[in-house]
Amino acid sequence: MNRKEFLKKAAIGGVVLPSFLNGISLKALAGTPLMNALNGYMNDDRVLVIIQLAGGNDGLNTVIPFDQYSTYTAARPNIALPEDKVLRLNGFDGTALHPALKEMQALFNDGKLGIVQGVSYPKPNFSHFRATDIWMTSSDSDKIVSTGWAGRYLNNLYPEFPNNYPNKSMPDPLAIQVGSVVSTTFQGPAFTMGLAISNPNSFYNLIEGKVNVDSPTRWGEQLDYIEEVGIKTDQYASVIKQAALKVTKQSDKYPAQGKNSLADQLKIVARLIAGGLRTKVYMVNIGSFDTHAKQVEDADRTTGNHAKLWQKVSEGINAFMDDIKYLNVADRVMGMTFSEFGRRIKSNASGGTDHGVAAPLFYFGHNVKGGIVGNNPTIPAIATVNDNVPMQHDFRSVYTSVLQNWFYLQPADVQNVLMGQYPVLQMV
Amino acid sequence: MSIPSVSSGLKKYKGKWTKDEATHLLKRTMFGARKQDVEYFSEKSLRKTIDELVDGMEEVPQPPINNYNDDNYTDEEIPLGSTWITATKQNGMNSGRRRNSLKAWWVGLMLNQNRTLREKMVLFWHNHFSTEMVNVDNGIWLYKHNVLLRQYALGNFKEMVRAVTYDPAMLKYLNGNNNVKKAPDENYGRELQELFTVGKGPGSHYTESDVKAAARVLTGIRIENKILPEAHGIFDVGRHDDTDKQFSAFYGNAIIKGKKGKEGEQEVDEMLNMIFAQEEVARFICRKLYRFFIYHTIDENAEKNIIEPLAKTFRKNNYDIKPVLKELLSSQHFFDIANRGCIIKNPLDFTVGLCREFEVQFPDSTDYVNQYGLWLTLQTQASQMQQNIGDPPNVAGWPAYYQEPQYDKIWINSDTLPKRNVFTDKMIINGGYARATKKIMIDPVQFAQSLPDPANPDTLINDSVKLLYMMDLPDKEKKYLKEGILLSGLKGMMSDHYWTDAWNKMATSPDDAANKKDVTTKLKKLYQYLMNLPQYQLC
Repeated sequence: MNRKEFLKKAAIGGVVLPSFLNGISLKALAGTPLMNALNGYMNDDRVLVIIQLAGGNDGLNTVIPFDQYSTYTAARPNIALPEDKVLRLNGFDGTALHPALKEMQALFNDGKLGIVQGVSYPKPNFSHFRATDIWMTSSDSDKIVSTGWAGRYLNNLYPEFPNNYPNKSMPDPLAIQVGSVVSTTFQGPAFTMGLAISNPNSFYNLIEGKVNVDSPTRWGEQLDYIEEVGIKTDQYASVIKQAALKVTKQSDKYPAQGKNSLADQLKIVARLIAGGLRTKVYMVNIGSFDTHAKQVEDADRTTGNHAKLWQKVSEGINAFMDDIKYLNVADRVMGMTFSEFGRRIKSNASGGTDHGVAAPLFYFGHNVKGGIVGNNPTIPAIATVNDNVPMQHDFRSVYTSVLQNWFYLQPADVQNVLMGQYPVLQMV
Repeated sequence: MSIPSVSSGLKKYKGKWTKDEATHLLKRTMFGARKQDVEYFSEKSLRKTIDELVDGMEEVPQPPINNYNDDNYTDEEIPLGSTWITATKQNGMNSGRRRNSLKAWWVGLMLNQNRTLREKMVLFWHNHFSTEMVNVDNGIWLYKHNVLLRQYALGNFKEMVRAVTYDPAMLKYLNGNNNVKKAPDENYGRELQELFTVGKGPGSHYTESDVKAAARVLTGIRIENKILPEAHGIFDVGRHDDTDKQFSAFYGNAIIKGKKGKEGEQEVDEMLNMIFAQEEVARFICRKLYRFFIYHTIDENAEKNIIEPLAKTFRKNNYDIKPVLKELLSSQHFFDIANRGCIIKNPLDFTVGLCREFEVQFPDSTDYVNQYGLWLTLQTQASQMQQNIGDPPNVAGWPAYYQEPQYDKIWINSDTLPKRNVFTDKMIINGGYARATKKIMIDPVQFAQSLPDPANPDTLINDSVKLLYMMDLPDKEKKYLKEGILLSGLKGMMSDHYWTDAWNKMATSPDDAANKKDVTTKLKKLYQYLMNLPQYQLC
C-alpha cells in the first residue's frame, strides 16, 4: 500500500497517526484534541471479554420478576422456578436470579456485576442465524452488514490491518477468539481482526517462504487469504506463547479442566491478559441455550438443562473474576454476556420456551457500576403465545456504553462504528 | 484485489474434455480426484461422465456394526461384528459407542465411495437438514436418518421434505415430538421454512405468524417407538390442533382448514403444497447447490444466469434433483476456468480426499475393529478442523455454507490451518496414525510409481502438481522442489540424472537400503511441501 492509499484508508477509519502528517512532530501536536484522543486510543490497556450464550437465552427464568410471581408462575406453569429458591439481590427487592447463579448473585451484591434489562432492537428477528448476525454486525434488523461491530472498532484503531501488522505499537493480536471459529463480531472490512486460539501452548510452525502468486482470480483471492492467515499465525504464535508462559499459576476457583468449557476458555483469556498481551477484545462462547424443550427437571425445577448451563456461566465468571484479581489485571478488564434473543413469556408444552424478543444481559468487572439498568418486564395476567418481553434498551446502547465509557472512543467515532447514535447506559 | 465476475451461463459446456476437466469435476463431486477415476472418466464423454455420476446405481451399504465392545462394556444383545441397527435396548453405555460406530461407518463410505455423486450429496443434505447426533442420541434413529438422506440424495426434494418431517431423528432434534395442540412447539415449523424450504433469501417473506400457523398444522406428528428398530413418525390424532390455520400474504393468505380425526394429517400435505408453490423454494436450493459445488459468492450474473434458470428447471421437474445437478455440472459456468480451484476444501474433502488421492490403505473388513477405529481416527481429525460429521454446530449446518462474507474462508484460521498441516505432516513424514498393529499413512514411493515418468524429476513434479492442485505452481517453486528437495545432497545438484539414477536404482538394486531410504525421504519432503502450500487447501 502506498502512502496515498494509506491516508485514504486511515481517513475512512477515522484515525490518523501523527507521524504521517507531513512531518509534523509528535511534540507539536501534544495537548491538542487529536493527541488526547490518541492517548485514549494508544495508551489504553483496557480489555473487553464477550461471552456469547448461543441459542437464545430464556431471560425470564434467568432474571426473575420477583414482584410479579403470580403472573410469572401462571404464564409458565410447567417451568416457573419456586419462589423460595430464587436468589435475592441486595437493594433490588423486585428482582431475583435463577438458583444456579449463586456466584453471580455474590458478585452482584458486591457491586461487581450488573444487569441491563430488556435488551433487543426494533423489529426483532426470531431466526437464530439472522438474529446472531444482527447482534454481531450491530446492524438494523432490516439491513445486511458484513463487518462485525468489534471488527469496525478495531479497524478504527488500527486502520491498515493486516498490512504492516504486527508492529512496534501493536505487537499483539487485535482480538482473540478462544476456539476454532472466528466470530463475525471480529470481521473487519478487509480481513478478520480476530485470531483463533484453542491452546496457547501449542503452535505449529507453518512452512516458510510462501510464493505470493497474486492472481486476480477467484482462486487467487482465496489463496491470498490462506497465505495471510499463515503469515499472521506465525507472526503471532511466539507472542502468544510467551504471554502464556509468563503465567504459571492461576486462581484455584476454576473447575477441573474439561468440566466446564466456558471456564476453560476464560482461563486462557485471563492468562493471556496477565501475560501482557495488549489484545483489546476477547470472545468466548457456550451453546445450547435454545431450550425449546425440557429446560427444567420436573422433580426439581431448580435443576435441568437451563440450570446446568447457568451454573457453568456463573462458575466460569466467578473464577475468572477471582483470577484477574489474583493476577493483578482486574482493573482493566470488563466482560459482558449476550445471546441472540430472549424467549417467549409463555412456556410451551414441551417444558421449554420458544424464540422471543428481549432479554437481560450481564456485565461484570472490578471497575463497573453494578446494579440493574432498567426495570422488570411486565408479565400480562393471561399470557398468550404472542406475548413477548418488550425492548427497553437497544443492544447498541450497550455497545455504545462500552466503546465510549470503557474504551474512551470519541462519540463521533462510536457513532461511526455503530452506524448510529444510541443512549449511553450507566454501566461503567 | 478486484475479481472479475463470471458471466458464462448454464449452456452445455462444449470445450475440451481432458484430465484437467475431469479432475475439476471429480474434486467437486467426489472426495478427492483419484488418478484412476480421472483416467476412467477422461476417456468417456462429458455427457456419459455426468450420467454415470448422477444416475449410477448403487446398492444399499451394509449397516454399521458393533466394533465397540471393550474392557468397560460388552453389548449383551449385539455380538461383536454384528449390526446394532436391530438392537432393542439402548442405554448410556451403548448409545455413545453406537454414534461413534455410525460416524466411522459414514467416513468409511466416503473413503470407499463408488464413482457417483451420492456421497457428496449425502453430505450436502446433511448440511441442509442439519441434525446433531449428540442431541438425538439414539443410534438407530440416527442410522435411519442417514438412510433417509441416502435414499433421497438424488431423488425428489419435495418428497424428501415430507419424509424428513416424519423422521424420528428430526422429530427429536427440533422437538416435533413435543408439538401438541395445547402449547405448540415452534421449532420445526420455523426451520422448515427458514432453513429447509423457502429460506431467508431476498424473495422470502414468510412471517412470524406463518411460523406459528405451521407449528399448529404439524401438531400431532410424533415418534412411534414401541420397538426400537421400528421407530417411525406417525400422526397422532389426539395431539392435533384441528382449528383453521391462516397464513400470510406471502402464501397468498392461504387458509388451511382444520380437519378432525385422521384427516387432520392431510393438512401437512396441503401445507407442503402451499410452501412448494413458492418459487423461492427452488431458488433457495439452487443457491445452496451453487455454494456447495461452484463458488461461495452469488453475484448478479450468477443469480440471473444460473440460479434463475436452474430454479426453473427444478420446478419444471417437480423438484426432482437429478436434472438440476446434470444441468449445473455440465454447464459452461461450472467448467469456466474462473471457477476452478476457487473452493476452500472442507475438512472432509481435506482428510478423506487426501486418503483417496494418495490411495492410503485401511484395514479390510476382516479386521473391522481396527478398520472402524482408523475410520474414526480420520473422523476425529476432520472434527478438530471443525467439521464433525453427524454433529454440525447447529441446525443451520456449517457456517462455511452460509456465513457472509467469509463463507468457506471460515474453515481456515490460526487454529485450524496449523491443524491441517499437523495432519498432512503426520500422514507423510511423522509416522501416520496407528491403532493397535495397524497404521494409516501415505506411501510416497507407491504414489510416485503410479505416475507416468517418476524417474524424470520435472515430470514427477508436474504430474504430482496436476493431481494435487487445481492450479499450476510458479516455476520458481518447481525449481525449488527439484533443486532444493529432489536433488538436494545428491552429487552435482543441478543435474537431473542424479535423481533419475537414484530412482532407477530402487528397481535395479532393491537391496540398496541407503538409496531406497534417500529416495523415500526426498519424496516425503516433496509431498510434505506440496501439502503445506496454500494451493493444497483449494479444490
